[in-house]
Amino acid sequence: MTEQGSGLVQVRGVDKVFTRGSERIHVLGGLDLTVPEGEFLALMGPSGSGKSTLLNLIGGLDRPTKGTVAVAGQRIDNLSDRNLAAWRARHVGLVFQFYNLMPVLSAERNVELPLLLTKLNKKARHQHVETALSVVGLQERSRHYPRQLSGGEQQRVGIARAIVTDPTLLLCDEPTGDLDRKSSDGILELLTTLNRVQGKTIVMVTHDPHAAACATRTLHLDKGRLSMEAAA
Amino acid sequence: MKYLGLIWSNLKRKKLRTILTVLSILVAFVLFGYLAALRMAFNQGVEVVGLDRLVVRHKVSIIQLLPESYEIKMERIQGVEDATFATWFGGNYKDPRNFFAKMPVKHEEFLEMFPEYLLTDEERRAWLDTRTGAIVGRATADRFGWKVGDRIPIEPDIWRLKDSEGAWEFDLVGIYDGAEKGTDTTSFFFRQDYFHESRRYGEGQVGWYWVKISEPERASEIAALIDQEFANSPAETKTEPEGAFAQGFANQAGNVGFILTAILGAVFFTILLVVGNTMAQAVRERTRELGTLKALGFTHRAVSALVLAESLVIALLGGLAGLGLAWIQITAGGDPSGGMLPFFYFAPRDLLIGVALALMLGVVAGLWPASQAQRLQIAEAMRR
Repeated sequence: MTEQGSGLVQVRGVDKVFTRGSERIHVLGGLDLTVPEGEFLALMGPSGSGKSTLLNLIGGLDRPTKGTVAVAGQRIDNLSDRNLAAWRARHVGLVFQFYNLMPVLSAERNVELPLLLTKLNKKARHQHVETALSVVGLQERSRHYPRQLSGGEQQRVGIARAIVTDPTLLLCDEPTGDLDRKSSDGILELLTTLNRVQGKTIVMVTHDPHAAACATRTLHLDKGRLSMEAAA
Repeated sequence: MKYLGLIWSNLKRKKLRTILTVLSILVAFVLFGYLAALRMAFNQGVEVVGLDRLVVRHKVSIIQLLPESYEIKMERIQGVEDATFATWFGGNYKDPRNFFAKMPVKHEEFLEMFPEYLLTDEERRAWLDTRTGAIVGRATADRFGWKVGDRIPIEPDIWRLKDSEGAWEFDLVGIYDGAEKGTDTTSFFFRQDYFHESRRYGEGQVGWYWVKISEPERASEIAALIDQEFANSPAETKTEPEGAFAQGFANQAGNVGFILTAILGAVFFTILLVVGNTMAQAVRERTRELGTLKALGFTHRAVSALVLAESLVIALLGGLAGLGLAWIQITAGGDPSGGMLPFFYFAPRDLLIGVALALMLGVVAGLWPASQAQRLQIAEAMRR
């Protein structure tokens, strides 16, 4: 454990290079970022700018080629695979553009998935699932399968799954990218509530300026560098 | 246990594929059950033989006869307690398909040498008193509905009657049971003196000898002494433990054990490919989902274990259902040959081997897909 300063998320001097055959692709170069606790940060930028890569590094889904990433004072870039998985389960809630729900599981069973990694018994897991589904307003549809839900509802299930373990950090990768405006507004409202009422720290990758407008801060990423920063 | 629901749900994802895979495993294990029962039927005689008995036959072949005079010479050899002989009679009861072994024996010596054939005192006495008397095992008696007192005609195909072209007639004086479950109760024995007096040819000739020895641990040495005794004679002998003789007899139908193992090997290799392919396909189709599980905090090992568990569940479902079905069919149906395979049953030992095979199938078929799932990197999986 290394103390990294006052921000909840501390990214320092991060490079990320992908290798495709003999070609080396520099996605991020010497990137620094601090995300204070309780912030709702929007990351914008063109395709291929490295937004999702940065989100993956913050969420411990990938490792930087160079530099350090720390969350809540703990460096995560040097954790073993096993410890990193345990850290993700405890500290990170993930919301995906295409929801990434298990089609063979009902809404409640999808939300329960992260809880299977805890020591909670069945009853306690059920209670947590009910709470998370009520937060996203889908208590009535808990037995429905993803194919029986609209895109907006599926994303709500995805958010319930992300918050069911009460994580330190909520990472959203284009959460409204696959939704119509109405559903999109509902999701953004939900994220804003989670940030403002429950104090969740959120980092959201988006192409949509309307979505970014809900954030408390927006950063623009271009060619692997943070090129502009603007307060919302 | 909390992951069982997840595993089961994944199996229901492609119901038809899962059902077909399970059915193919089921069929393989039903086949396993039948082949195991068949192997048991062929080997049972070998497994219940006496350790203190040797069989002496003509060195060239079992169908070559030996002189009756060898008995006395054998009994003089150190370590030999007793010797008695029998001859393959052949013959048919009504129809050549009604096969069972028929042998003339020296009845008193025979009953002493084979205490595993159980007769009542009354039946024993009746056999001693009746020159044309014969005894038969319970399995064959039940097969043909014979009872003590019946007259059994046997049409000869090797040994003709001295004064007639007709059938040999025997009076059934006893029906013996086996002392152990595996004791053969299909054979038909009749008296040597009746055979000797009535046969048209082959006087002084017998088929083979059974030799009882006092020290089973010296079996090889005594066997060598017997063969040495008749070396360089017109009828040299080959002496071997009764187990080896029974195995050799069973192998006349071919090396049954090898044939069955080869068939099972081919079947299980095919099933291994089927299950392995099903699991590999399942992993390919679910790359993103497996990546999501890892993103949620499932370790590489946990995801790999889930895939392996699915493979195990498929193999066990098919395997146990197949073994169960085979057991029910074999137990209810019994010997499918109508009496030629009296020991045709699915032994508990083979049932356990079947369960172990199902487990092994699940593990081996799931290993490669599980390792694919383990190696899957989250960011890479999310991009697919």
